[in-house]
Amino acid sequence: MGTVIIKYNAGNIFSVKCALNRIGVDATVSDNLDVISSADRVIFPGVGEAAAAMRYLHSHGLDSVIKALKCPVLGICIGMQLLCRNSEEGNTQCLGIFDVDVKRFDNCGNHDFKIPQMGWNTVLSNEKNELSCQFPSKEEYVYFVHSYYVPVCKYTIMTADYIHSFSAAIRKDNFYAVQFHPEKSGKVGENILKNFMEL
Amino acid sequence: MLAKRIIPCLDVMNGITVKGVNFTGLREAGNPVELGKRYSDEGADELVYLDISASSEGRKTFLGLVREVAKTLSIPFTVGGGIGSVDDVDKLLANGADKVSINSAALNHPELIEDIANRFGSQVCVVAIDAKRDESGMWMCYEKGGRFKTNKSLFDWAKEAEDRGAGEILFTSMEHDGVKNGYACNELRKLHEILHIPVIASGGCGCAEHFAEVFDSGKADAALAASVFHFGEINIIELKQFLHQRGINVRL
Repeated sequence: MGTVIIKYNAGNIFSVKCALNRIGVDATVSDNLDVISSADRVIFPGVGEAAAAMRYLHSHGLDSVIKALKCPVLGICIGMQLLCRNSEEGNTQCLGIFDVDVKRFDNCGNHDFKIPQMGWNTVLSNEKNELSCQFPSKEEYVYFVHSYYVPVCKYTIMTADYIHSFSAAIRKDNFYAVQFHPEKSGKVGENILKNFMEL
Repeated sequence: MLAKRIIPCLDVMNGITVKGVNFTGLREAGNPVELGKRYSDEGADELVYLDISASSEGRKTFLGLVREVAKTLSIPFTVGGGIGSVDDVDKLLANGADKVSINSAALNHPELIEDIANRFGSQVCVVAIDAKRDESGMWMCYEKGGRFKTNKSLFDWAKEAEDRGAGEILFTSMEHDGVKNGYACNELRKLHEILHIPVIASGGCGCAEHFAEVFDSGKADAALAASVFHFGEINIIELKQFLHQRGINVRL
């Protein structure tokens, strides 16, 4: 079935499809449970709000399908957060693949740290991992837009720093997830998508 | 560390990039997709495309352009110009825009900010503000491309926009725009102090030094410029090297 991008109510699906096209991948956009279950690779993108996204996933039966996937899965931004246990955004119970909770940034009144974090920040690969193995250097700039974050935990494979250190990428078994937007992160982002396609 | 952003702005009329001077008088500046690609290759961090077409035909052309930009570019881009409803936003996002910039419609219907933020998230909603000082020296907001004065003051309106769910403020000083004498750093610094969301500076850029000023003294999170890039007066690669040497954190 090739690569499937999960279609749901959380934006920017067209951007992800375009980014895959640029690296020569023709992905299918679908919310069909059979199509997603039989995919070789699944991308779970997103820009949106956690509670509304979870309600949609649940009402369309997508939650149990995502949890049961055995192929490589890449969660992006809110897609990453939804793969975690619980999100402070709307106090939402999420899919629970990663046993970690999503928190909101708190700048403690320091206006030098605007919320959302919006823009290019460096990510540090803290071990050799498949997603960042083609980075030209150890630290690279990628594009972030988010108010909530996954703390550094046992699943962390890349970190970034904003107010404090947080997880830029996490992995557990076949599930990979990135807080930044590889589809909007220039050449570095394209390399990450290419690496995911080679898993 | 989060980098300061350099954002070329492309005003598009009927599919062609144009650049105005002091909100009037237009000069052509090329194909918007090709120009955007060039800026992206040179290291632009984001792009803004503003549709200044007045006709419905021009609007249709713009939607097709948004789609082409999304296919071509691997950096984020914001679109604006004539956005008046959640449906307009939906169409633009579905065609690949990352953010939308709203201006006059938000001044007239502030609840549009909440509607956009609730439906698509705050990060999508950039509130653009055109302002200048009135006779009494108060910074006031103007609508319809700077043609009409409103009764809203710059700082009150920026705060209200944030409270209603804006994800960023794009402030254009009409006094500085087109004059190439530097950004409105005092007003930008004040916006930085009263807001929790990022501020994009616009209007007044004439040389690389002005970017350094707006990040250092104006505390802007991002700086937008148009003509200095379109007419090759500033090269983005050289600009970023210059800012880096000045100790400003940019993506190289």
